[in-house]
Amino acid sequence: MNGTNTMTLSFSARSENEAFARIAVAAFVSQLDPTLEELNDLKTAVSEAVTNAIIHGYDNDPSKLVKVEASIERDTVAIVVSDEGSGIEDVELALQPLYTSKPELERSGMGFTIMENFMDRFEVASSLGGGTTISMLKRIESKKALYN
Amino acid sequence: MHMSLQIDLEHRRNVLIVRLQGELDHHTADKVRFKMEEELLRDGVRHVILSLKDLQFMDSSGLGVILGRYKQVRAKGGKMAVCDVNPGVYRLFELSGLFKIVDIHDNERSAITSLEVVS
Repeated sequence: MNGTNTMTLSFSARSENEAFARIAVAAFVSQLDPTLEELNDLKTAVSEAVTNAIIHGYDNDPSKLVKVEASIERDTVAIVVSDEGSGIEDVELALQPLYTSKPELERSGMGFTIMENFMDRFEVASSLGGGTTISMLKRIESKKALYN
Repeated sequence: MHMSLQIDLEHRRNVLIVRLQGELDHHTADKVRFKMEEELLRDGVRHVILSLKDLQFMDSSGLGVILGRYKQVRAKGGKMAVCDVNPGVYRLFELSGLFKIVDIHDNERSAITSLEVVS
């Protein structure tokens, strides 16, 4: 494959779209012939980021839009999940395992920890009232990627 | 309407077996919460086995709902066990430290046997 291959999705902040987002990203990445484990890691990380955008960014307001961008360059997948919602007041606190800003909702507080562990690189940019952008990278170590 | 998660419940003496099939995420977590909450209010139910052979996907929202039910089971003096866990779900349990509080078994039969010993 020469150059970068990209795709962008924009969808309503509805919980039923969480499955749509992770399955769409998995289908896009399947051209790199990832292992089942790599695919599961990507799907889980996308699911976490999109769920955060819907619950925390937009407070489940279905009139808002969540954006997912994915790009493939050689053997690496870059995924950016962004919202224009409320933003995170204290990113460092939010990154702590088991921390949740909504304890009344039975959240496990493991979302960011999972993204950090399942992806090779992970970054959060957020400002109060200015939305949140999660950028993640993962190298796909399949045989097919090596030959591209 | 297409349902992305099926829940099958079976009572065996004081053990509630919960079989999950499909995908457990934020969208489907409430369904699991409400169904299990209701069953756990029954007097005869003490222990829970989560049977996860056909659970194809789970994320941290699933962990949240499982931890919530764990607290409920503990409050009744019962135990929770999981069985038939696929590798993806296993990794999530491991990362979250869930195995420190919930026993893991290869299959339903061994999970039932272990709970019958404690009850």
